[in-house]
Amino acid sequence: MFTLSPDKNMQTDLSVQNVTKKFEEFTAVDSVSFDVEQGRFFSILGPSGCGKTTLLRMIAGFTEPTDGIISIRGENMAGVVPNKRPVNLIFQHLALFPMMNVAENIAFGLQRQKVGRADIQKKTETILERVGLPGFAHKKIDQLSGGQKQRVAIARCLVLEPTVLLLDEPLGALDLKLRDQMKVELKKLQAKVGTTFVYITHDQSEALVMSDYVAVMNKGRFEQVDTPQNLYSNPSTPFTAQFVGDNNAWSGRLTGLSGNMATVVTPEGNSFTINTHGKTFAPDAGVDLFLRPEAMLIQPDPSMDQLNRFEVVVKAILFDGANSRLLATPLNSEKELIIGLPQNRQFDHIRPSDRIEIGWHGDSGICFPGKEGRS
Amino acid sequence: MKKAILVVLLISMFLIAGLGQASAETLELLTWKGYAPKVLVEKFEKETGITVKATFTNNEEMIAKLRATRGAGFDLAQPSQDRISSVQAKFKIYQPLDYSKITTSQIIPSMLDAVKKNTQVKGESHAVPFCWGTSGLIVNKKYAPEANDYSALFDKKYEGRVSYRLKRPTLIATAFSLGDDPFAKYGDVKAYKALMDQVQDTLVQGKPLVKNYWANGDALLQSMRSGEVYVAMAWDNGGWKLHRDNPEIDFVAPKSGALGWIDTFAIPAKAKNVEAAYKWINFMLRPENAAVFTNIEKCATASDGAIKLTDAAVRDNFERTFPKKDIDNINWYPPVPAKLESIEGKTMDKVKASK
Amino acid sequence: MKNHGRWYLFFFLTPILLWLFLMILLPHMDLLIMSFRAEDDFGEMVWSFANYLNFFEEPIYWATFARTALYSILVTVLTFIIALPVSFYITHVVAPKFSGFLMLLLLLPFWVSELVRVYGWMILLRESGVINHFLVQMGILDKPVEMLYNDATMILGLVYTSMLFMVVPLISVLESLDKSLIEAAYDLGANMWTILVRIIIPHSMPGIVSGSIVVFMLTLGNYLTPNLMGGKNSLWFTEQIYNQFIASFNWNQGSAFGFLLLILSSLIIWAGLKLTGQKLSKVVK
Repeated sequence: MFTLSPDKNMQTDLSVQNVTKKFEEFTAVDSVSFDVEQGRFFSILGPSGCGKTTLLRMIAGFTEPTDGIISIRGENMAGVVPNKRPVNLIFQHLALFPMMNVAENIAFGLQRQKVGRADIQKKTETILERVGLPGFAHKKIDQLSGGQKQRVAIARCLVLEPTVLLLDEPLGALDLKLRDQMKVELKKLQAKVGTTFVYITHDQSEALVMSDYVAVMNKGRFEQVDTPQNLYSNPSTPFTAQFVGDNNAWSGRLTGLSGNMATVVTPEGNSFTINTHGKTFAPDAGVDLFLRPEAMLIQPDPSMDQLNRFEVVVKAILFDGANSRLLATPLNSEKELIIGLPQNRQFDHIRPSDRIEIGWHGDSGICFPGKEGRS
Repeated sequence: MKKAILVVLLISMFLIAGLGQASAETLELLTWKGYAPKVLVEKFEKETGITVKATFTNNEEMIAKLRATRGAGFDLAQPSQDRISSVQAKFKIYQPLDYSKITTSQIIPSMLDAVKKNTQVKGESHAVPFCWGTSGLIVNKKYAPEANDYSALFDKKYEGRVSYRLKRPTLIATAFSLGDDPFAKYGDVKAYKALMDQVQDTLVQGKPLVKNYWANGDALLQSMRSGEVYVAMAWDNGGWKLHRDNPEIDFVAPKSGALGWIDTFAIPAKAKNVEAAYKWINFMLRPENAAVFTNIEKCATASDGAIKLTDAAVRDNFERTFPKKDIDNINWYPPVPAKLESIEGKTMDKVKASK
Repeated sequence: MKNHGRWYLFFFLTPILLWLFLMILLPHMDLLIMSFRAEDDFGEMVWSFANYLNFFEEPIYWATFARTALYSILVTVLTFIIALPVSFYITHVVAPKFSGFLMLLLLLPFWVSELVRVYGWMILLRESGVINHFLVQMGILDKPVEMLYNDATMILGLVYTSMLFMVVPLISVLESLDKSLIEAAYDLGANMWTILVRIIIPHSMPGIVSGSIVVFMLTLGNYLTPNLMGGKNSLWFTEQIYNQFIASFNWNQGSAFGFLLLILSSLIIWAGLKLTGQKLSKVVK
């Protein structure tokens, strides 16, 4: 059980306890537990096939869990069918009804709740305004752009004031620019309406930008549930370290340990000192190192001591504006490293095949007990 | 390449089929079911080398088919003698027969004369008799021992166990059962119309008693055999066929008279193989062949002397059903004048549509 | 180059035009002319509307047509009600590898002629038939009952004969129905009935309309099934046309009835399209 900011004043909207889903021999979701408090933006991040969609469909009620309890505002949802649950789902491809116009799409759920005609009209107008589509009520669905469809889909669910809004990778079909824009909008909208969002995605940037909390899911299990900042800086498993943000993985062997500082020797013969952050290692054990591209400094000032320093050969310069990188290999090695290349003109002289010095601080790397390091 | 071979193969198949058809002489026969028994067709083919292709139908469709082609497509037809003269006068679908080509010596003279007379249009006759029989009742004596006249078809005792065709013989029979003589009114359209209105009322009233209006002779016989139907109006030979298997079922000549029909040979106006048609006529009326036909179909022919060659059981049918007085009682269909068909057609439509 | 194009056009168009003209237009023209000819009081054939007037003046003719049309509409509706769940099952419920097999099962009865199919039903339903035999054997019935020769049996036969012509267009429209639309509606609080009426039927409308037109026309023009399974009470308009041609020798009246059937059934379809707000061009597409 992961415990998140134990703020007892906040109501828990969604509680998932030891939920397991098996399809014959295959376990899609393996004993997952988490709580989401009211008003949170909670994301589940994982590669395709990790079981996140199955988990979401169990919360929505389309699939019954094999084991475990899902409760919403303290009410057990076992046996409650989707049209009776206080949750709504935004589908991957939105599933707007093409046979109805925008207003009819939004009114669909309200009509099911037997809301009066006048009320429906008022609520529809209000919600359209809220999602930034005033005056779109009588447009046909196929007259809308991708982003507008997105907003109609959200409006259609939000107008029902669900306890929890579930979103199944709704930005996946949009082009990159629009996706970046919608990320910000969705976050702002959520903050405005205050509805609890549970969002699943395989795109770590979506999860990191929008969420209050992110659960990293792999092979049916949660690897880590944390704030985006913590996930990035303190991944608790090698999978999280590699899946959230870019990371250079490097394996080595422990040769010495003094307090929290371990000495690790790589197969290439580089010797590094790294903070273990309290993890325990057996003497002579294998160690997996993870180094963020931006943790590696190019040609660090000789005055900076306590840096792990080594030399690399530049293979290529991957120019990408503020996100530019160097692709380089350590001496006597085929191992490729990605190194952050700050665009402050200081390193404009670097060319492929150049030999440069790299340095990183022992506190900015992360290590996990690994397989036996090759010596 | 494979496709080309296939195409060549197909074309050659068509060619061979076409040649085969062209080389063998054929006789296109438009007739009733059972009128071209397989044994006789094979015998005829062996004798003459002519292939017989038979199409089975009934009086009305026979006329419609020949009318549509103005008498083409068939070499020989077999309409009933009463349905020839008016149709011929109006649509000219047959050609006058050349009686010199027909071995008239093997035909019962009185029957030949009657048919010649009845099929005369503009002084020329158009048919020779082939076979004759009657329409009457087929009765299952186990359930309906008293049924002996057409009125049994409208008897409440047999509710749901009655079946007849919705065709003109039924209208005629109903008229006889009302004590009238429809044949006497053939000449007077108005009187005939009034009679048909009466007939219509009787049939509409009797409709709840009817199981169904049969359309297929074999299906009717099946219903009689299974005991679903007790009293039916049908042809005598059908009743005799059933009698052989179940003695309780038999043909009964109604008190008001069985309806006598004669089916003929007539040559369509645009027949291609007239010679083959005459050959078939003479072949079928030859006593030994006519007897084979009678043994199979239980239906008497116009062939003089054939009756002596038929099986005793078949001869027995006639003697059992038609004692001397019943033979005299048979109402033979006179030629149907024009205009009656549309009156009858409307009557039948109204009966069928009524609830 | 341009001339070449025209040559090709003629090459491919000529057989079609010849076919249309010789096989379809010409006979129909003949029938049309025939339908406007009737005998006058002196037995002469003259131009006349009498054949058409007959239809409206003689109650039995238009009553038969009305009955035929109403029953055809009923058959169409029943066929739709049965075909929709079947098509939905094939397209969305059953595993895709079985759906082909199920389609084959639906097609199977159509490999034999209609006559054989109808006789099959008659063997099952007749008083001495298979179903009666089993019902009596199991003690459900004391004695066999006649299941043939009534309107219900006739409708059963007509629905059975029409099934495929409704299922095929429905399957093709339902295949394009995104399953998530149904789930979305369910998620938004809809029950099964609402999903059917608001989502599935509106989505399937083009298939429903084209299937209904085909089934309606086929049923209206059917001859065998009403005649054989309906028995004594089942006067169908086609039978009346047949009777005019065959029993009454009145080809002129028969042709007039034929054209009335064509015109009136087209009117009914037009009215149906208007009522449901559909457009033929959309359906054909």
